[in-house]
Amino acid sequence: MTLLGMRGIGKRFLGVRVLSGVDLDTAAGEVHAVVGENGAGKSTLMKILAGVHVPDEGTIEIDGRPVAFGHPLEAQRAGVAIIYQEFNLLPDRSVAENVFLGREPARRGLVDRAAMEAETRRLLDELGETSFGPRDAVRRLSVAQQQVVEIVKALSVDARIIVMDEPTASLAEHEVELLYTLVRRLQRRGLAVLYISHRLREVFDLAQRVTVLKDGARVTTVPTAEVGPDELVRLMVGRELRDYFPPRAAPGEIGEVRLSVRGGGNGRLRGIDLDLRAGEITGLAGLQGSGRTELVKALFGAEPFAEGRMEPRRPRSVRDGVAAGIGLVTEDRKAEGLALRQSVRDNALLVARATAGRQARGDVRALLERVRLSPPDPEQEVRYLSGGNQQKVVLAKWMTVGPAVLLLDEPTRGVDVGAKAAIHDLMRQLARDGTAILMISSELPELIGMSDRVVVMRDGRIAGELPAGSSEEAIMRLAASGEAT
Amino acid sequence: MNGQSLKQAGRPARPAVAALREIDPTKVIYLALAATLVIGWVLVAVDGGDFLTVETIVGIQQRSAALGIVAVGQTLAILAGSLDLSVAYLISLCSLVAAETMAGRDGGIAAGVAAVLAVSALVGLVNGMVITRLRVHAFIATLGTALIIKGVVDHLYDGPAGSVPDSFQRLGYDRIGPVPVSALLWAAVAAAAWFLLRRTRLGHRIYAVGGDEEVARLSGVRTDRVVVLTHVLCSVCAGVAGLLLAARLGAGAPTVGTDGGYDLESIAAVVLGGTALAGGKGGVAGTVGGVLLLAVLDSVFNQLEVNSFFKDVVRGLVIVIAVAVYARRRKGRQI
Repeated sequence: MTLLGMRGIGKRFLGVRVLSGVDLDTAAGEVHAVVGENGAGKSTLMKILAGVHVPDEGTIEIDGRPVAFGHPLEAQRAGVAIIYQEFNLLPDRSVAENVFLGREPARRGLVDRAAMEAETRRLLDELGETSFGPRDAVRRLSVAQQQVVEIVKALSVDARIIVMDEPTASLAEHEVELLYTLVRRLQRRGLAVLYISHRLREVFDLAQRVTVLKDGARVTTVPTAEVGPDELVRLMVGRELRDYFPPRAAPGEIGEVRLSVRGGGNGRLRGIDLDLRAGEITGLAGLQGSGRTELVKALFGAEPFAEGRMEPRRPRSVRDGVAAGIGLVTEDRKAEGLALRQSVRDNALLVARATAGRQARGDVRALLERVRLSPPDPEQEVRYLSGGNQQKVVLAKWMTVGPAVLLLDEPTRGVDVGAKAAIHDLMRQLARDGTAILMISSELPELIGMSDRVVVMRDGRIAGELPAGSSEEAIMRLAASGEAT
Repeated sequence: MNGQSLKQAGRPARPAVAALREIDPTKVIYLALAATLVIGWVLVAVDGGDFLTVETIVGIQQRSAALGIVAVGQTLAILAGSLDLSVAYLISLCSLVAAETMAGRDGGIAAGVAAVLAVSALVGLVNGMVITRLRVHAFIATLGTALIIKGVVDHLYDGPAGSVPDSFQRLGYDRIGPVPVSALLWAAVAAAAWFLLRRTRLGHRIYAVGGDEEVARLSGVRTDRVVVLTHVLCSVCAGVAGLLLAARLGAGAPTVGTDGGYDLESIAAVVLGGTALAGGKGGVAGTVGGVLLLAVLDSVFNQLEVNSFFKDVVRGLVIVIAVAVYARRRKGRQI
């Protein structure tokens, strides 16, 4: 019996197509996994189901009746609950207050605390959760316990379809087992669970069927019993390498070690061994939450390593990192990379001016021409530039101090094709001039096309290293299951 | 949040250090209050005086009543993630409205009180609407309202005006045993606010909106309405304080609110009481403690005849240290 049917769902953001013609259905009592690479459209699809986004095309039916959600509350009333990676909880309020937020039971106009707490207790018991109670403050709960609160919240509104977005991303190993138990309980209660995950093991452990998304379209929906992990990976990434990338480094061009870590670790990372060499572009692969961003931030000194050795020195602050000749192009250029309301000149000279003992170089225009900013106008406010041009300014910012090591976190995200090629060329040029480059990219073709070798992370550790030109399948397998081919 | 094996232990494992840090700010403020009373008593005794006389206790209560009532209202606004800088001028305005309407007649009391409540509620409504509809930050919105009220009052009055009848002045000066009527009024306002926050849906939603407006919105809370109502209540509290001050003075005065510094002082008392300036956390009990602490400090300094500049330095230090203690406590808990 089909509980939910989504047909031909399409969505564009600012003219960019992110979903087209996606079908998805699920039945009561089913765990249905939704998988795909980063950016395949999983989250957008789920947000459409939850009423956060309105689809441009397509229909949604629940129990065979068409529905249209303009607001998350409407989806909630229709029985859809979504549990995001970032929880929607108030940390300073109690469990019961969070569960009944906006729907507090009242008697003669007064909030009936006893009823609220009793009902929360009942739902917690039903889920077999005894480690905390309705009166505990959410702030004091672990991530896994907060997840249980979200599930109780969903049950208390009589949700029949529960969407879980990467529910294990922030759980410890033993907590994952407990989540399994919970999901199976929900299933036995006759709920449909849409389970979004990169982790293939979970997909095969829990789901009856799996829908594969790629580039905003559905590839297939198959029973998990009829497909193997290798085939699933192939379905997720199977596409050709068709973009153009500058030639890789010749063997003679890779020089001395510019930065070296042994046994680096902090709250999020463990046992990191890594060497970055002059002239080499090292690709850093891994699923969301695998610790890629944490690693570059540790190398840079923004979230420093607490243990391990690092040569030439272990930065304890960003200032240390910059002084050691390390530059970081962050994932979020608008929030972390640029002062948006200042001019191109001020942004480009930001690092040079902040670094003690270095003169801010005057010739900004030559620099802007070198990064191929178009037009190379130093007085323009950065916020008016396109994404690609903004990223060029971020690169220029680091080029003023000629870093020995440049760390790039998703350097071409949200950048158009032309600017992307320019940034790729610039990266290669910097490498050739002797900079050691570490690049994170969730776009595997880019990572493979640009890298002289690929380091793969998983669960805060380095899972392995692959040579230039390795296949997407090999990277995904290492990233998802830790197994090398 | 990392690495705690919480579920296996059956109960969340709480390290001893964390347990020590989990002292409620309300308890901190009342402990500080008790400590200040003891230290004050010793200091005054050494100085040769007698600190805990009926006279001083009555004085502390009377000094705190007006600030206390304003601070209760301010607590609501701050808990909802807002704040109100217009209370001081609104108090002046309300004292004038009360005195002018009553015009010394016993029969005018009801009309005067009604007029004050209406005027203050209207000001709160305007504050709330400007913040929610025009999306002006509360700081600027209420500062703007404050300046507008100031302009109107300064244009119409250049000194005390109107008069309240003797029967109404009893609100400011009468007492039942050692408890002044004004303190009872403050207690009633605080109790009502406590009840509102604890037992009504509006109260729960005030915490939700202040804690995370988006979470509240996605849970079906009409956040704008909550903010507007909160501002109406905050302004009405300021109106009640205006009535009380008119009863004390026997007339309305255009500077009674600003002379008392009720705007920043009320915010200081709220924060001193452990309510987070960003909202969503805290409560009325802490605010009452904060107001009393400030009043006791005042009283100690008065008896010791300390110079008033030194007094301000100490008050400033107390506020900053208190907030630093709360911040430390919070940080400790997140580890």
